[in-house]
Amino acid sequence: MSKLPVDELATIHAFGPHLSGRVRGSSSTEPDRLVKTHCCFCGQQCGIQLKVRQNEVIGFEPWEEFPFNRGMLCPKGVKRYLQGSHPDRLVNALERDPAATGGFSSIPYAEAIAKTAQAIARIQERHGPGSVAVLGGASLTTEKTYLLGKFARVCLKTPFIDYNGRLCMVSAGAGNKKAFGIDRTTNPWSDMVGTEVIWVAGSNVAECSPITTDYIWQAREHGAKVIVQDPRITPIARTCDVFVPVKPGRDAAMFAGVLQLMIDNGWIDRDFVDSQTVGFDAVAAYCAQWTLARTSSVTGVPQRTIRQVAELWGTAKSSFLFHARGIEHHSNGVQNVLGAINLVLASGRIGKPKCGYGTIVGQANGQGGREHGQKCDQLPGLRDISNPDHRRYIAGVWGVAEPEIPGPGVDAYELFRKIDRGEIKALLSICFNPKISLPDSEFVTRCLDKLEFFAAIDIFLSETARHADVVLPGSLQEEDEGTVTQVEGRVIKINKAVDCPGDARQDWRVIQDLAQALGRPHGFTFESPRAIFEELRVASKGGIADYSGITYEKLERQMGVFWPCYATDPQTGAPTPQHEGTPRLFEPGSYNPIAKGAGRFYFPDGKARFNVADYRDPVDDASDDYPIYLTTGRVVSQFLSGAQTRRIGPLVEQYPEPRLELHPKLADKLGIEDGAFATCETRRGSITVRAQVVTTIRPDTVFIPYHWAGPKSVNRLTVAAQDPISKIPQYKVCGCRVRRADGVPDYVATREAQQ
Amino acid sequence: MSVPAQLEFFVDPSRCIGCKACMQACTECDTHKGESMIHLEYVDRAHSVQTVPVVCMHCEQPTCAEVCPADAIKRTGDGVVQSARKPRCIACGNCVMACPFGVPELYIDRQTMMKCDMCYDRTSVGKKPMCATVCPSQALFFGTREELATLRPQSRPTSVFRFGDQTITTRVKVLVPRGPTPPPQLDVTAAMADQPQRRALRLPMHDAAHDTLDPFAEVEI
Repeated sequence: MSKLPVDELATIHAFGPHLSGRVRGSSSTEPDRLVKTHCCFCGQQCGIQLKVRQNEVIGFEPWEEFPFNRGMLCPKGVKRYLQGSHPDRLVNALERDPAATGGFSSIPYAEAIAKTAQAIARIQERHGPGSVAVLGGASLTTEKTYLLGKFARVCLKTPFIDYNGRLCMVSAGAGNKKAFGIDRTTNPWSDMVGTEVIWVAGSNVAECSPITTDYIWQAREHGAKVIVQDPRITPIARTCDVFVPVKPGRDAAMFAGVLQLMIDNGWIDRDFVDSQTVGFDAVAAYCAQWTLARTSSVTGVPQRTIRQVAELWGTAKSSFLFHARGIEHHSNGVQNVLGAINLVLASGRIGKPKCGYGTIVGQANGQGGREHGQKCDQLPGLRDISNPDHRRYIAGVWGVAEPEIPGPGVDAYELFRKIDRGEIKALLSICFNPKISLPDSEFVTRCLDKLEFFAAIDIFLSETARHADVVLPGSLQEEDEGTVTQVEGRVIKINKAVDCPGDARQDWRVIQDLAQALGRPHGFTFESPRAIFEELRVASKGGIADYSGITYEKLERQMGVFWPCYATDPQTGAPTPQHEGTPRLFEPGSYNPIAKGAGRFYFPDGKARFNVADYRDPVDDASDDYPIYLTTGRVVSQFLSGAQTRRIGPLVEQYPEPRLELHPKLADKLGIEDGAFATCETRRGSITVRAQVVTTIRPDTVFIPYHWAGPKSVNRLTVAAQDPISKIPQYKVCGCRVRRADGVPDYVATREAQQ
Repeated sequence: MSVPAQLEFFVDPSRCIGCKACMQACTECDTHKGESMIHLEYVDRAHSVQTVPVVCMHCEQPTCAEVCPADAIKRTGDGVVQSARKPRCIACGNCVMACPFGVPELYIDRQTMMKCDMCYDRTSVGKKPMCATVCPSQALFFGTREELATLRPQSRPTSVFRFGDQTITTRVKVLVPRGPTPPPQLDVTAAMADQPQRRALRLPMHDAAHDTLDPFAEVEI
């Protein structure tokens, strides 16, 4: 039974989110030591030094030597230390107990492990191995994601594992693999300075990846023109050269229209297209229908702007194109990504200094977390779980017979549909708060209620973990070591600052303890993250994401290593212990193990692929009944579902509750004043939040950030439509209607801002 | 111990993204008891996402010190205007009223004024101020003129400001563009129009009567 044990407000009262105390005087309290590590939040993975005194993180000091951020941090990085020593930190295992205050009782860790293992064994015995599913997350270190993928396949023998990167990176990943054969940003960020044009499509850079702002504006100081494509004037758009006010969900049309103008004007790098790519003709044939007039009418972008963008992009000598969830979070997400890549390939500006393409990852380990096996269709090294050669290689590393490795599972949302249908009866989750982060979240809640058994490994009792039968206390990022791969494809080292408090354990130990208790410890007897990494190096060897040449020592010495980094030369087989990694992909003359010298891209013929990037209207588009576009995103002071950042006092103060942004024209029509409560309603449900009337958003669109829970959670409204290839949900658009609220919502009296 | 003369503080409001990393980092310092000494506000959120960070400008002739009846505000030889000396400060608030940049704040509970001292505990021992170290868009920059010239060829530092009849020269420099810049994006409907709007876009201030309090209204370019 995985229903909430008691009234949710009682659980909130006992387990939070409460605010961290504001720690004063920390700067004058001398730390025992400074630990060089990285921020626990977004994919930028800024270097930071944690001040540690005894077993407590008491503050931070900038780490100016780390090359990516050179000491820079956003407010989340500055205050991230307040998540440690937090009153809500889980320091014991918990068991669902409707008789207990808050609905949970503390139990000994060993008992919690035994109960979890017994429940899993019982359910698997009765319903088969596939009746148990695992959910992981992209904030985990790569070591943990590797272990989790192995645990699901080898110990639980279930195909059903997926992770919260499904909500984040998968459209980009799928598009990159289709076009380049490899899924990674092409250049280090430092390559940006000196480029002529930077096109940012669907990325609120200043709020979601703040450090990147400095790179873009540094490039601007050196002459770069900046194009920003967004339905909102975000801070990066405020000073851009061309603002493309695209209607939500119309990005593929915009890209096709620009490519057509490039074709019309002869702004195509024919030499590059002919010698380095295949598939251009089909794309050109498709784009012919995207006349300027049609592109403008579909995208809501004036013709003059489309022309201006095409000329800037078409005639540039060097350029970067970046995109993020704004174009990826769509039921047409992969097509949007492919449309962007087509523009890059048509320009020929890739694989050299000052020229590149990248997706700006959202989560700490958004890159590494999608490479080594917690994704339902993947094995370590970006290997394919359906490929017999890949399966055999990994079976060899894991010491199991190849047929024992299950086939592909399903995406995280489909996994919930399987719970709904009764096919999956037990769930183990870590680093994922789907009750907040998945779309149409009322459905997700109903699925959680249906589970026969649910165990969550968590650091705080997240909104999702409130449904658990057993909660196993895991580790904060600063309580363990390991590696993550940040936005540029640079693998970096996370260092341990403090020990886990109380009965809490490092996550990999919890997973191994479960394997032990299930009686299948084979392959789960690692003594350290380093030992896991050593196996991961072997497992990734020969795969596209080849980490075999990376060691912890090299990571510290070089302050990060860009993968692929080979232990042996893929061409000659000679050992290459000094291999420094691959900061820039696709350079002329570069060798990769797929093309084997045939070309620079990761396909047997070495050529990149143009793909027809077909525009489709969004699912549940604005219509007569729901005439306004609803789009969602982040604010700078909060992160993902807020399980951590809604507990950090100064971050909550900065932007306490979600606001509905709307243009004064729309606000006037609806009779909604700035600061008044407004109700936003879709086919899934409705929420009431305060309105913020601003000219910086399209008048046909409203925006609500997604970090909040319960009655303030915008994901109760979003649609569970998914991209057919990547299965990413369409968070960035659906039809809604907005009206003045009937009154002050109940939560104002019953919940604090962060609850 | 003093702040080396060649190290200067530059503010480029056009780079500010309003993230408040500077304020959050400023609150970490115990010399001002966990309060932020930086002011960061939207100019007019209804019409723009433009925000402006305000640190102490460290005037050559600090108005705050000139109006202080208790002589509690000192400017050290390196040009840094220090926070009020607590034993002398009588919490009269003259400095708060007089500062043309709106920097000092009166803390009634502590019976003292506190303001930005350019992280004297850090800058006087060779470190950068905390805000300029963390600022993710580098709207706040601390370094030499030479570094600035290399990094920002299109920006020009200025340090002379007129407020009515008063002309103020400051140690902290404000960066202004050398050449023309694209007009700021303020209203999405302007970008959606088929014809570019010809009229100049102006940010209306919250309260026109207080226009003169805008520290950048009279920037000499």
